[in-house]
Amino acid sequence: MTGKTIYLDNNATTAVAPEVLEEMLPYLKDAYGNPSSMHTFGGRLHKKLDEARERVAALIHAEPEEIVFTSCGTESDNTAIMSALESWPTRRHVVTTRVEHPAVLNFGKHLARKGYRVTFLPVDSLGRLDLDAFHAALDEDVAVVSIMYANNETGVFFPVELLGQTLRTRDIVFHTDTVQAVGKIPIDVRRLPVDMVSISGHKLHAPKGVGALYVRKGTRFSPYIIGGHQEHSRRGGTENLASIIGFGKACELAGHHLHQEQTEVAALRDRLESELVRDCPGAAVIGDTSRRLPNTSNIGFEFVEGEAILLRLDEYGICASSGSACTSGSLEPSHVLRAMGVPFTRMHGSVRLSLSRYTTEAEIDQVIGVFPGIIRELRALSPYGR
Amino acid sequence: MWDYTERVKELFLHPKNAGEVENPDGTGEVGSIACGDALKLTLKVDRTTNRILDARFQTFGCASAIASSSALTEIIKGKTVDEALQITNQDIAEYLGGLPKEKMHCSVMGREALEAAIANYKGEPLPREKQDIVCHCFEVTGEKIRQVALENRLTTVEEVTDFTKAGGGCGACIPDIEKILATLWETSPVQLEPQKPKRLTNLQKIALIQDVIEKEIRPRLQADGGDLELVDVDGPRVVVALRAMCASCHMADVTVAGIQEKLRELVSEDLVVESA
Ligand SMILES: Cc1ncc(COP(=O)(O)O)c(C=O)c1O
Repeated sequence: MTGKTIYLDNNATTAVAPEVLEEMLPYLKDAYGNPSSMHTFGGRLHKKLDEARERVAALIHAEPEEIVFTSCGTESDNTAIMSALESWPTRRHVVTTRVEHPAVLNFGKHLARKGYRVTFLPVDSLGRLDLDAFHAALDEDVAVVSIMYANNETGVFFPVELLGQTLRTRDIVFHTDTVQAVGKIPIDVRRLPVDMVSISGHKLHAPKGVGALYVRKGTRFSPYIIGGHQEHSRRGGTENLASIIGFGKACELAGHHLHQEQTEVAALRDRLESELVRDCPGAAVIGDTSRRLPNTSNIGFEFVEGEAILLRLDEYGICASSGSACTSGSLEPSHVLRAMGVPFTRMHGSVRLSLSRYTTEAEIDQVIGVFPGIIRELRALSPYGR
Repeated sequence: MWDYTERVKELFLHPKNAGEVENPDGTGEVGSIACGDALKLTLKVDRTTNRILDARFQTFGCASAIASSSALTEIIKGKTVDEALQITNQDIAEYLGGLPKEKMHCSVMGREALEAAIANYKGEPLPREKQDIVCHCFEVTGEKIRQVALENRLTTVEEVTDFTKAGGGCGACIPDIEKILATLWETSPVQLEPQKPKRLTNLQKIALIQDVIEKEIRPRLQADGGDLELVDVDGPRVVVALRAMCASCHMADVTVAGIQEKLRELVSEDLVVESA
């Protein structure tokens, strides 16, 4: 590998912001106390916990008491769905989509094996939700609807506000996974008719292993991790204090940078995408470009295979990801692209490029410089199409 | 991230013998774009000595597929066709300093293309065309599973999947692969995990099956111009009738396998779907 890393895989995870690390360090060193303790050494840390809670709440316009800290986005997702099922024990139907992150999708499959009825709603070729199927799925038996805000592979949004309005009138609990959206676009729970919202720290420049679940005041709640009285008995376990403090700082920073994400980052993404599609033979954008995250681009390259593209990019220090079968470890191409019915010719050659506010103009230029050559070389090796 | 050897990386980044031989004496094509890897091997052979003068490859696939193809061409150049036929997929993997086990199917693809190209040179029908496809998702024949299992001493379905992909899709062929392995190694069939006690009564099960078919399966078939009717449920047997497009579609088996996968996933893992 030559030179510096060009990190375009920010939907997988992000760099910890220097200010975040700075803010965390004291709590990994001398201030190691337990916020639940009676002594000042630990107990005073409760203030830091409260401060972090306020910062996370502020980013999504929630009340601090509505935030429950968790260990990750996956835990938040599992908790939300399980809480609704426990709170409405007579209802046995869960409605979600075919393109959720495994944190919801595989949890849904698990529930189906346990005897719940689980509806996985389809999407169209642009990754947009089938609204007729959504309405048709709603019955008296639905305990919870869990539908993501923005897809991690394509960036495509679902109309959460619209769905929430319908669900409100029918009194059905609505959870949305905003793990990819929070920090990239404004999320305002005062405006969104949702009951629970999942967030993950490491997607917005906090460390891995910390997340939050927003639980709207008045929503019936049942803890998933049962233990001590932490988080007002909504989530047992001694708090991951340093990471929570970092998460709080990261949310504060994300609030300051929201405008930049939607303008500068979006402009870099758009230029990268349009130049790659123009310069690489057989390239096309996957997903609805009119409604998606500002940092994400998913491009399908015909007749070449994604892992091969990634390893060639790796030679230039460029980090991206792919929905191809060979990168999944399961021999199956991405469930999201399959649900969209992306043709095989394109699916195996899909590459996701996801930027962040740390991505520079110069980096994008470098990627645009090497990418078309890589695609041409791999196409020259391929027995299909030229 | 896969753990590739330096040799794999080298042959992937700077492949040798890429391209097509002009006016080839033998051509072998295996794999398909649907499976995510495919290889076209072309050979120049001296008709009097049967020696391979040149070998070139074109590969659609991941790094290890490209490296395996390139390795194959390096190994066979200069050999007679009969010598070349002695080469196993393991020879290809060894030439590369080893492959991650999930990627062994790339070396198998090389071996297959070689067989096909030499058969084509000799004017013989392709051995693969014996039509005993076991795994329909990845078009793997029983012949191939037996051969690869023997050569690599594979005893479990998981290993077979790593080497051939067979069983890695819908999983409907896993019992067949188990049978093949059992006959091959002449042991009793691998014991399946004891079935979980079913909480569903028979009536509940039928209702659930109907529901899954209505909500999950029919809309998709209808979108493709097909349709489906539930004919009977008898214990774990689910009999369905495919209508319109699907009934004549040569993918009918795949559709049945897909329906079975869905029903197993959402209703019960022991269901077997048959077409009426
Ligand atoms: C949409 C979505 N939901 C959930 C998660 C899981 O978050 P975590 O890695 O914090 O468990 C991810 C991260 O990959 C994601 O992209």
